[in-house]
Amino acid sequence: MTTELWLGLGTGIIFGILLQQGRVARYEKQVGAMLFRDMTIFKFMLTAIMVGMVGLHLLAQYEVISLSIKGTVLGANIIGGILFGMGWAVMGYCPGTSLAALAEGRFHAIWAILGMLVGAAAYAETYPSLKENILTWGDYGKITLPGILEVSPWLVIAGFIVGFLGLFAIFEKKGV
Amino acid sequence: MNNESRWRPYIAGALVGVLAIASVWATTKYSGKGQYLGASTTFVRAAGLAEEKVAPEHVAGNAYYTKEKVKVDWQMMLVIGVALGAGAAALVRKDFKAEMVPPIWKERFGSSMALRALFAFLGGAVAMFGARLAGGCPSGHGLSGIMQLSVSGLIAMAGFFGAGVIVANLLYRKSGKGGA
Repeated sequence: MTTELWLGLGTGIIFGILLQQGRVARYEKQVGAMLFRDMTIFKFMLTAIMVGMVGLHLLAQYEVISLSIKGTVLGANIIGGILFGMGWAVMGYCPGTSLAALAEGRFHAIWAILGMLVGAAAYAETYPSLKENILTWGDYGKITLPGILEVSPWLVIAGFIVGFLGLFAIFEKKGV
Repeated sequence: MNNESRWRPYIAGALVGVLAIASVWATTKYSGKGQYLGASTTFVRAAGLAEEKVAPEHVAGNAYYTKEKVKVDWQMMLVIGVALGAGAAALVRKDFKAEMVPPIWKERFGSSMALRALFAFLGGAVAMFGARLAGGCPSGHGLSGIMQLSVSGLIAMAGFFGAGVIVANLLYRKSGKGGA
């Protein structure tokens, strides 16, 4: 196995431990956030984003790494985003947490995983026709928020950190 | 809620942030290409690998499978690792709990395993179709995308959560109790 594959496995094992210990790979936590009853998954995600955005931008600024921005295609991002959200609420897991849920004994996650494999295969079959339309609607390329606002990424990062800390204060106050 | 469980998601989340940075750094240094956390493309590659067993020509001729490359890659190893790590942590911390139907689902829709299986399967299929159309899932768009301040990550995550809130409320609003 190549170094890259070993790094993937090692990173995945740590990611799995953290998903399990963060209590996010649970149907109740995922659906609980959508019902605004339990914001555990947002505490987890937003903290990860906060730490990650600072570190990645520092490393990118000193050219140790390069960023890898996914293209913005409004039609695909919005329609795909809505479809994902609808399915997410019903299955109660996202792709990453489904495997962690299965491994911690939530055996019903297997049906979600099988469904996702079928969904992936169905997408592969329809891709040639989507490529001509939805995947071209509103194609803005690899844009970032600081790029379109024409400001330093650090200003945007500072804004997000203030916003996220504000959300955490609300979550803690409401006890969700 | 005791202090430990109160801070748990924040601490685990912060460590995921460190992991995301370390992963991009290490893969850039040791394999020449920085790898960002993600999960949904693995389902495409896994579906392709399964289809290859029965119809190899069909997979070879499919534009999407050709584009995403049907093979075991860094992200597939990551997803396998997630299952191993979560399983090990659950066993060590004695959190492992066999569950066939989620408790809040049971309270609302009854204890039928077949009903839960059907909805989880259909939900999974719709969600993955959407994730591939959007170009990522809550890991690839939500974590990695927003960490990089990408517009696509923010739009996709808003779509994920906005639609999730509407559907979850349609499913559960009248139940009155349950949840976390």
